[in-house]
Amino acid sequence: MIEIRNVYKSFGSTDVLKDVSLTVQPSRTTVVIGPSGSGKSTLLRCCNCLETADRGEIRINGRTIIKDGTPLPDKELNALRAETGMVFQSFNLFPHMTTVENVMRAPVVVRRMPKAEARDLAMDLLRKVGLGDKADVYPSTLSGGQKQRAAIARALAMKPKVMLFDEPTSALDPELVGEVLQVMKTLAEEGMTMMVVTHEMGFAREVADTVVVMAEGRIVEAGPPDQIFTNPTQERTRGFLRALVDGHLAGARPQPATPDALAALPDDH
Amino acid sequence: MTLDFAPVLEGLPELLKGAVVTIEVTAAAFVLSGVLGLLVGIIRLNPARRFLYGLATGYVAFIRGTPLLVQLFLLFFGLPQFGILLPAILCGVIGLGIYSGSYVSEVVRGAIQSIDRGQMEAARSLGMSYREAMWEVVLPQAFRRMLPPLGNETIALIKNSALVSLLTIDDVMREGQRIISTSFRALEVYLAVALIYFILTNAATWILRQIEKRMTVERG
Repeated sequence: MIEIRNVYKSFGSTDVLKDVSLTVQPSRTTVVIGPSGSGKSTLLRCCNCLETADRGEIRINGRTIIKDGTPLPDKELNALRAETGMVFQSFNLFPHMTTVENVMRAPVVVRRMPKAEARDLAMDLLRKVGLGDKADVYPSTLSGGQKQRAAIARALAMKPKVMLFDEPTSALDPELVGEVLQVMKTLAEEGMTMMVVTHEMGFAREVADTVVVMAEGRIVEAGPPDQIFTNPTQERTRGFLRALVDGHLAGARPQPATPDALAALPDDH
Repeated sequence: MTLDFAPVLEGLPELLKGAVVTIEVTAAAFVLSGVLGLLVGIIRLNPARRFLYGLATGYVAFIRGTPLLVQLFLLFFGLPQFGILLPAILCGVIGLGIYSGSYVSEVVRGAIQSIDRGQMEAARSLGMSYREAMWEVVLPQAFRRMLPPLGNETIALIKNSALVSLLTIDDVMREGQRIISTSFRALEVYLAVALIYFILTNAATWILRQIEKRMTVERG
């Protein structure tokens, strides 16, 4: 469970988050959408203290990770981060390790897991994300979709109770987006608690329990996907969804996203 | 004028003995320089630790801003005034190591800073401490980028080691001068000395390049 209470964050004189409160219930998936610069990635990064929230409180599984600008002491913070998986837009795989080493390294270093055991665990996870045959190659030889699936396996190796996804498909070629979303969908179905920042409206509609719309550092609207996509109450939400459609028509974004288009979207997207 | 290499051949055992001393001094200084450079380079990443950062920055500024010869003389002729009388060879190793370390620290810092921020973030997000993330993830990648500039530093170190002959250390330079003092064949002997340095620097370059190649092949 993730509890965000009245969080503020600014970079210099720019206020990025203004009084944001949000709860992700256990085993639920919350998708955060909104225009770029709305603060959604910053909010996600605050959840494992990659950014330090200036004010307010964030609790992960009932434990306060940061309160009013003071994060947990390093040791406890590390332990809590170990239980909070993070997936980045740019994958951030370790290029000097093979795929399986990428996945097994953190359990060995952080949890002092014996190498053989960690390797077994890593192989299981790689098979789960469909990369069983890529264990011994270096990340540079993987496609973008494969890299992101390996990065998800790497996060899962720490047996996290919460997963944070920071635009996991934004750096991918359109034809590779599906395979990553499929892995994420499976995770959600298995009961993982997930907070996902994404532009994939199809995923939001299909997988999210709650969709949160952010703009200019605030949450404008939150609710079940049906409500947000077919019956948004806020003008900002309508404006954002409309802009996505226009962007799509102009060829800027590969994925269509309008209330209508979303309704017509096949479920196996 | 005729060249006469007979004194060189005659003094070859001494020259080679001197070359061994040069290699020993350089190798020891190389280790010291590497340890110091790594430490100072990492300290200089974080200005928030004011005292250590200030110390490290002062070190780099002073050492890079003054001649190596002056530093060596400070150790060898200056310290005894405080009753600290170090053996010449120790002065040579420490002086060379400290000097080279200031340059290596900049190589280390630059290489670490060139590694994408996301690498550290990914490691930390998995629960690794700063130190673990640095050791497991950032440094191995940075090390690869350090190798080419480190090659330059090693060459400079080998050549600069000639200065320790002025601290009465019997390196190849001093052995050469000794032969000249009895044979008066400066040109021939210095040519031989130069040749020995040339062989040493190129051997070092070759070794480093092999390491670089191996790392590149391994990691695809």
